Amino acid sequence: MSTAENESSRSRGKAPAGERIADWADGRLGIYSLAKANMRKIFPDHWSFMLGEVCMYSFIIIILTGVYLTLFFHPSMNEVQYHGSYVPLQGQLMSEAFNSTLHISFDVRGGLLMRQIHHWAALIFLAGMFVHMMRVFFTGAFRKPREVNWLFGFLLFVLGMFTGFTGYSLPDDLLSGTGVRFMEGAILSVPIVGTYLSFFLFGGEFPGHDFVARFYSIHILLLPGIMLGLMVGHLILVFYHKHTQFAGPGKTEKNVVGMPLLPVYMAKAGGFFFLVFGVIAAIAAVAQINPIWAMGPYRPDQVSTGAQPDWYMGFSEGLIRFMPGWEINLWGHTLVLGVFIPLVIFPLVLVAIAVYPFIESWVTGDKSEHHILDRPRNAPTRTGLGVAWMTLYLTLLVGGGNDLWATHFHLSINAVTWFVRIFFFVGPVIAFIVTKRICLGLQRRDRDKVLHGRETGIIKRLPHGEFVEVHESLSQEQLHTLTAHHQYEPAEIGATVDENGVERKVPASEKLRSKLSSAYYGEDNQIPKPTVEEYKEIASGHGHH
Amino acid sequence: MKKLSARRRHPLAAVVVLLLALAATGGLYAAFAPAGKAQADDSAQSLTIKEGKKLYEVGCASCHGTGGQGSSDGPSLVGVGAAAVDFQVGTGRMPAATSQGAQVPRKKVVYNQAQIDQLATYIASLGAGPNVPTKEQYGPAGADIAKGGELFRTNCAQCHNFTGKGGALTKGKFAPSLEGVAPKHIYEAMQTGPQNMPSFPDTTLSSKNKKDIIAYLNAVNGDKTENPGGLELGGLGPVTEGLFAWIFGLGALITVAVWVAARTAKAKKS
Amino acid sequence: MSSQDIPEENLPAEQDHAHGAVGIADEENPFSDPGLPPHEHRIQDIDERAARRSERMVALLFTVSMLATVAFIVAYLVIPNDKSIFVFPIGHLSAMNFTLGLTLGVALFCIGAGAVHWARTLMSDAEVADERHAIEAPADVRAKVHADFRLGAKESALGRRKLIRNTMFGALALVPLSGVMLLGGLGPAPGTKLRHTMWAKGKRLVNMNTNQPLRPEDVAVGSLTFAKPDGLEETDEEFQTEIAKAALMIVRLQPDNIKDKRELDWSHEGIVAFSKICTHVGCPISLYEQQTHHVLCPCHQSTFDLSDGARVIFGPAGHALPQLHIGVDSEGYLQALGDFEEPVGPAFWERG
Repeated sequence: MSTAENESSRSRGKAPAGERIADWADGRLGIYSLAKANMRKIFPDHWSFMLGEVCMYSFIIIILTGVYLTLFFHPSMNEVQYHGSYVPLQGQLMSEAFNSTLHISFDVRGGLLMRQIHHWAALIFLAGMFVHMMRVFFTGAFRKPREVNWLFGFLLFVLGMFTGFTGYSLPDDLLSGTGVRFMEGAILSVPIVGTYLSFFLFGGEFPGHDFVARFYSIHILLLPGIMLGLMVGHLILVFYHKHTQFAGPGKTEKNVVGMPLLPVYMAKAGGFFFLVFGVIAAIAAVAQINPIWAMGPYRPDQVSTGAQPDWYMGFSEGLIRFMPGWEINLWGHTLVLGVFIPLVIFPLVLVAIAVYPFIESWVTGDKSEHHILDRPRNAPTRTGLGVAWMTLYLTLLVGGGNDLWATHFHLSINAVTWFVRIFFFVGPVIAFIVTKRICLGLQRRDRDKVLHGRETGIIKRLPHGEFVEVHESLSQEQLHTLTAHHQYEPAEIGATVDENGVERKVPASEKLRSKLSSAYYGEDNQIPKPTVEEYKEIASGHGHH
Repeated sequence: MKKLSARRRHPLAAVVVLLLALAATGGLYAAFAPAGKAQADDSAQSLTIKEGKKLYEVGCASCHGTGGQGSSDGPSLVGVGAAAVDFQVGTGRMPAATSQGAQVPRKKVVYNQAQIDQLATYIASLGAGPNVPTKEQYGPAGADIAKGGELFRTNCAQCHNFTGKGGALTKGKFAPSLEGVAPKHIYEAMQTGPQNMPSFPDTTLSSKNKKDIIAYLNAVNGDKTENPGGLELGGLGPVTEGLFAWIFGLGALITVAVWVAARTAKAKKS
Repeated sequence: MSSQDIPEENLPAEQDHAHGAVGIADEENPFSDPGLPPHEHRIQDIDERAARRSERMVALLFTVSMLATVAFIVAYLVIPNDKSIFVFPIGHLSAMNFTLGLTLGVALFCIGAGAVHWARTLMSDAEVADERHAIEAPADVRAKVHADFRLGAKESALGRRKLIRNTMFGALALVPLSGVMLLGGLGPAPGTKLRHTMWAKGKRLVNMNTNQPLRPEDVAVGSLTFAKPDGLEETDEEFQTEIAKAALMIVRLQPDNIKDKRELDWSHEGIVAFSKICTHVGCPISLYEQQTHHVLCPCHQSTFDLSDGARVIFGPAGHALPQLHIGVDSEGYLQALGDFEEPVGPAFWERG
């Protein structure tokens, strides 16, 4: 025993310093077991797999710059008179929050840059999450075992929206104050408790003296704290599940093909952080964002046209703008449907996409793990639904900016609003049908490609005068890639009569499931992929193609 | 043909198709362009009133009536004053085209300043109204820019936006951008309330107030206005910022991601 | 790494037509997985000169980053904070923001670009497969965990001693209520605060612009004026909260243009005073079109007809703008003849 100890300590003594530190840490933290599993962990290469990294890095950038901003920002609504260096506001009354934001922008060296990086990174963070979520949706990466991580990601998106909202409301400028007022109006519309909620949030009547301080602790502590936890959990699950991959030669449900974390992904992902930060810093150098000095301090009796929220809240703006002004007065109470309905639809729009994985897995009844991604065309109904959802979202964004559409395209604002009112219902249906048709068309093309080869675009004249296009048959790699996807059979309703001849009552849920299943996987809703037999028959018959 | 079909599968083919589709979408736009009726305005006369009357009869009388009493095509000009004429004709809104959209837009000025003054004097002779302001009234001397900002946000920003970039009104009407509008014309617009804009007479918005507003506009929307943060992006707020973040921010990052994830060129003879 | 030494002529033959149209290895099942394609070498793997070039490029990028950081530091120390420069095509901007942002951007971007270029050209690009293992635990582990849990649950006697269980759940359910109670301190109860504004009988209408009380003759037809109640000053502690309800919009119409009878009754010589606060969600509505007498909200486009009792003619607002009954006092100033009769601003449950 003692000999062995001596030996190991002697060898340790000779080891390089880095190794000795690692040994020290391993003895206390067990890092070697962790590293064994992860140091050479494999990550597949695809640009769309880096969208999540865009989000993570912009989140880190937001935290770094945000901490810097807290060093100078005063979350207070005390009225002060402005005496800073921006002339067009000299002597104006404003809250300390607004005053300190002006101070950061004009009097702190580099303060404006930090503000602009913070805000640009926030917009990009949310945009990145949106695209990342769509990537996961359209490739079916949310399927088992990743449903929980899908929900983590979804929560990050929603919390990101509210962190953004509370953040841009902090400077207490005329634009964001208008947004806060809108929020107050929306809260007031809640039946029974609306006025109480509003008074509790604002510490009395709007705007009061409290909301900046309250939003501040929500913005810098509560929400980002939760988000940080969720993000760590999200990452742990990504490591634990290992990344998904697209179908291809050598890629199976049982492996993951790519390059190791050390050194390739360490360099690529680590380098990507600097690339993201660099791009955002350059944007903040050349493009101005949220110039609060041009908007002026908040006053509840002032407003500017073109009052919109940041883009990620834009769809709620669209909802509220296209709604007709319904209001019901009964028994001395008012039900403000014109505001309350949008307030209810707002979360429903988001929840619709969040619960989708569970609906799909119920319809397919599939309990197996999926690590090979779907090409969107191979899941036409899912793709159609996703595009329909995006159409709804985009329509609402258009509605949220209806005044700018009107002025910049010389349209009538009333016509734009009516367009949104109609397209909100019609658009998603059209989008679904069109997308599904396109997917089926692409599936047919893939099928033709497998069976008849690739069209080369070269026209050949045969000896007897006929013109044919030369088709080039595919390699086995390509054939495998195009036929690797799994196709479900529509679920049948089980036997309605049991072995004793007694009729079984078919539950409504089972009927619904069967209907949905055939809508997903029925005869006209997916193109059967070619079989080996079909391939061989054609290959032997049409030698000349 | 061969080339075209061979390039169907080119990675950029989708982009070309997209551009074509976008071009086609332009056609849809026409369907929503508003058609409204014009609210024509005025015009006038004088170096001597006579000169202005002559100009008036040629250029304005067909809509506003031979004596400025108005007709179904244009309102009465009795009592609108010289300021209204100087604004309407001086910004090219008058004479109006026979068919315009929801409102008469600013366009190329038809008359020279001397002719405009003649017209203005003629119209002023039909009935008392606001006079053309003097340089002391709208010039920058003695103006309080910050006060002007506060007044602008109370009275003007609701239609013209924070820094006067313009905005939408009902049924295709709009509050125009104030960029590049002469201080004199801004003053006259506040005084006379052209088309659907309400007036802000001296009794409720004093001459000093107007001077402050003009000075503020010059500070935040003039030739030398500094946008410390960089590109102003139209000064329209979060909508253009959001578009910029998506197109240039996320766009640049995705481009970078494609480079990071792409395979390095292989050593092969081609 | 050893592949770097391979001379060019030693290139594997299959590299020349790796993407060719040939090669159905499995005649039995042409759709089956042919396995990972063989690794192809990059130029840098076989040509040390190319590898050197890549190395120099990476080093150059890192050097540029260092220079950019030095430039950042110099700019921070040297450039005056209020210096404005003209940069085509951006326009006039802050020299400090522009320089700091670009130098920081370049410094960061070059580190990233260097690292990625290094990874792409010099680190091994051989694709490796990692095995996946089922997430689900094997059956014996599952059985063991279930058994352990049952044993633990049994030993706790939670199922048997119902009294403990029920009281514990009760206690745990009640204790968060303390937290909920504490939230009560966030705000006062609404009471009737939303029903009242500062307006009262005899309060003069003070012009927002000049801070002077208004006379009827000040207000011209086609003009737009905003007013606050006499006695409310911008420096007041509660100015924001009061003006959020009391802001007033004054226009003058020809009395025979007023279609609504009550509106006419509550006007003074055609001068009407409406709440400036939109009844939708409370934006200060004030886009007044003097020819149509419509007023539009810039936030959500609710449109009201001021010549017809300010009823809603378009958009999401649910009811007309409240009107203030006005008259003239003994000194000839416009005054309110009472508070608004209904709550101003957005509707709420108790509004009725």
